[in-house]
Amino acid sequence: MGKNTSVIEREEVVIRFSGDSGDGMQLTGTLFSDTAALFGNDVSTFPDYPAEIRAPQGSVGGVSGFTVHLGHSEINTPGDFTDVLVAMNPAAVKANAAWVKEGGTIIYDLDNFTDKNIEKAGYIKDPIKEENFESYNIIAAPISTLVKEALKDYELDPKTILRTKNMFALGMVYWLFDRKLNYTEAFFDKKFHHKPKIAQANKVALRAGYYYAETIEALTPVYKILPAPIAKGKYRNINGNQATAWGFIAAAEKAGLKLFIGSYPITPATGILEELAARKDLGVISFQAEDEIAGICTALGASFAGRLAITTTSGPGLALKSEAIGLAVMTELPVVIVDVQRGGPSTGLPTKTEQADLFQALYGRNGESPLIVIASGTPTDCFDFAFEAARIALEHMTPVLLLTDSYLANGTEPWKIPSMKDLRAIKPRYASPEELPFVPYKRDEETLARSWAIPGVPGLQHRIGGLEKNTKGNVSYLPDNHEKMVRIRAEKVERVSNEMPDLLVQGSDSGDLLIVGWGGSYGFIVTAFRELIAEGHNVSFVNFNYINPLPRNVKDVFSRFRKIVVCELNLGQFADYLRMKHQEFTYHQINKVQGVPFTISDIKDNCIKLLEEK
Amino acid sequence: MEETTLKYTAKDYKSDQEVRWCPGCGDHAVLSSVQRALAELGIPKEQIAFISGIGCSSRFPYYMDTYGFHGIHGRAAAIASGVKTANPELSVWQITGDGDALAIGGNHFIHAVRRNVDLNIILFNNEIYGLTKGQYSPTSSKGLVTKTSPFGTVEEPFSVGELVIGAKGKFFARTIDANIALSTQIYTAAARHKGASVIEVLQNCVIFNDGIHEEVTGKEVRDDRTIILKHGEPMIFGKDNEKGLILDGLKLKVVKIGENGITEKDLLIHNAAEPNPGIQYMLANMRYPEYPVALGIIRAVEGITYDASVHGQIKDIRENAKIKCMDDLLSSGSTWNVE
Repeated sequence: MGKNTSVIEREEVVIRFSGDSGDGMQLTGTLFSDTAALFGNDVSTFPDYPAEIRAPQGSVGGVSGFTVHLGHSEINTPGDFTDVLVAMNPAAVKANAAWVKEGGTIIYDLDNFTDKNIEKAGYIKDPIKEENFESYNIIAAPISTLVKEALKDYELDPKTILRTKNMFALGMVYWLFDRKLNYTEAFFDKKFHHKPKIAQANKVALRAGYYYAETIEALTPVYKILPAPIAKGKYRNINGNQATAWGFIAAAEKAGLKLFIGSYPITPATGILEELAARKDLGVISFQAEDEIAGICTALGASFAGRLAITTTSGPGLALKSEAIGLAVMTELPVVIVDVQRGGPSTGLPTKTEQADLFQALYGRNGESPLIVIASGTPTDCFDFAFEAARIALEHMTPVLLLTDSYLANGTEPWKIPSMKDLRAIKPRYASPEELPFVPYKRDEETLARSWAIPGVPGLQHRIGGLEKNTKGNVSYLPDNHEKMVRIRAEKVERVSNEMPDLLVQGSDSGDLLIVGWGGSYGFIVTAFRELIAEGHNVSFVNFNYINPLPRNVKDVFSRFRKIVVCELNLGQFADYLRMKHQEFTYHQINKVQGVPFTISDIKDNCIKLLEEK
Repeated sequence: MEETTLKYTAKDYKSDQEVRWCPGCGDHAVLSSVQRALAELGIPKEQIAFISGIGCSSRFPYYMDTYGFHGIHGRAAAIASGVKTANPELSVWQITGDGDALAIGGNHFIHAVRRNVDLNIILFNNEIYGLTKGQYSPTSSKGLVTKTSPFGTVEEPFSVGELVIGAKGKFFARTIDANIALSTQIYTAAARHKGASVIEVLQNCVIFNDGIHEEVTGKEVRDDRTIILKHGEPMIFGKDNEKGLILDGLKLKVVKIGENGITEKDLLIHNAAEPNPGIQYMLANMRYPEYPVALGIIRAVEGITYDASVHGQIKDIRENAKIKCMDDLLSSGSTWNVE
């Protein structure tokens, strides 16, 4: 490295970029994360931004952050506590004070620590002193002054110059982590190839930051994180929303169908609609509907017309779609509903994460209305479960509800790019124009799925609807027919478990404590689980992705453990669901409802307590 | 949707289901007119989809030997928009009522019209909720006594034509359920029109609002109390074609030919194709007794449809796209190799 400074070799490091929502922290964090991934580190990132687009400048409520967790070993979460905090203003210190590791590094823009800003953030005079950070590794850099100086000969207006502050800070961080600038420089050349002056300004600021850090090196330790032992192959960074969108495009291509999305914008699900609206090159039909109800109803219309149809939403939107989901259950049309969960109830915490829509997903409809519910576990496996949701919908002629959450949606990870030829085939159940007359609710003996007759095919004209019907599709109010149909619809959902993978136990397959998670808490729980194992505790771990129906071997797995603890970001919905489905077991709970993911210690501490109790 | 010279009769479009509307209900006549129109158009029945919401009229798809989807209350416009956008080749018909389209489904209705999705929307207006047995609807006249307005409604009703024009609608027509000849003509024209076509049918509910339109549609009076508008022809009406409409200042005015020196030449000529909706708006809003109620095609303006635009955009983008398949997308942008 050739640097005359202390080097801290670490398995992993967490860094958080934090500033006003207009300070460009999301871009700064993304560039850092991409650079780390290119270097070969395993990476997990999480953006944390306020619901307000431009909250009052300098206020704690307006702080926007981006966390990058990079490591030499496998990284499954964006990390709990941060080793390095980049704070563009005093409010950023305030917002993150509780999350800085003891003795960590804080880089801040001295020029922004004016009396006014300090007061706005709720401090009296000196944030560092008032937070007792004096013994930490503090780097106070006059960033605004330094970028003005660095760019004074570039004939730029003051506003443009100050916009490069984030790149100056990033340059400092690159020096701190001994990373190369070329990826970021290439990014600016590409992004601003029509505005070479802007590209140049950002590059100059980046380099100025890097050299500044080098100049003041005596003050700084350098973090050294070796590349992680990652499987060979081609990689890219992807977040959960993009992975979800791509999973559906892949499923449509595999099934030989056009993809249709009918959706209404809602945080944090909008990214899926945006991604698919941009994919006209792959023939995606996107319909931005007038409301949530129209979102699913257009999707149902498209499904009736023979497309792979999906609708995407978040909790409050799922509530609005309930009646139409019931219609999908009744008409047995293939459609996928994605709920990117956020904090609730009502408008709740639109930009924060939670797993509290489980009951709504399972039961939020009138009548006996069973629904297949599956949940993604990591940002990248959103691709796999979107694909799987589409496959089940098309092959079983049924609506499928896919649960992700705000953390998965926005979190990014490096993703080993799959090849289409390696993905499983999808075979929609088309009705045959040779088998006339067409009977809309005649079923496959094994799966109970009906066949799909697509408008345009001669001879297959038929009517479906929300009224109870007989096998021919004609309206029927006969008592026996209704019960028969209700039972068939339930049995049809149940039989999907015949082709589901068994629940996979991590750790030994029997023991003192089974840690149970579902969906998007996977990364946090698995990290806690591994640390517990490393510390010599007798624990095992399972994460559920298939929620309804449950995998067939649940009872078999659960019966081999002395204690079972269910960890979820709600008050215990999955635990209650398990109590109903598998009453013979006792379930302990670890719950958190703060709009943020678990910390590793949330899970570890509680598990240790359970292990110690008799 | 493709018109053909195939020989179809109205009967070909009938399903094997027994029609269950009340005897004497106006819906029977609408069903029959639509089947005639389809036979005239010669559209193969597998190319047709009937989509409905909830209400008496929404049982319609079950009686057609076409593809059909009986949806949920108010949402037919959204389902139909999905069908048409997913497959613009289909002839898509939406069957709805005054409650279904204008109360619970008002939002979907105005947006389907605004987007100009190529749908044929038949709105059965009987000014009452029939299936729930007699409550007032968004088109009930102010003061109407119903089960939920025992002392008369206190609400202003919607005028369907006004709403359609306000929502930037390009096709609006009005007919009477029992006038099969006029209705067949209008449904045929609506199917040929590219874009959202709204047809308001003055439909009689024999049970809960019997005779609600009788004042203008009754056999004895209808010639004097309605005017059938024809594109390019003077606005003339009356038993003996003795009355007409002129523009008097900023308002329409009923005149008698021969009185005050008025001749047929002074009458307004109906121009349904005029993009400026000013006169059409006044025509759609004419109410008896001040005016005759306008029937026929009031507005029919050409415009690009939503479904054609969506697919046009996809086609244009695909022609020059670098990404042709999912594998291309997967390896696009910023990637790196781990050796």
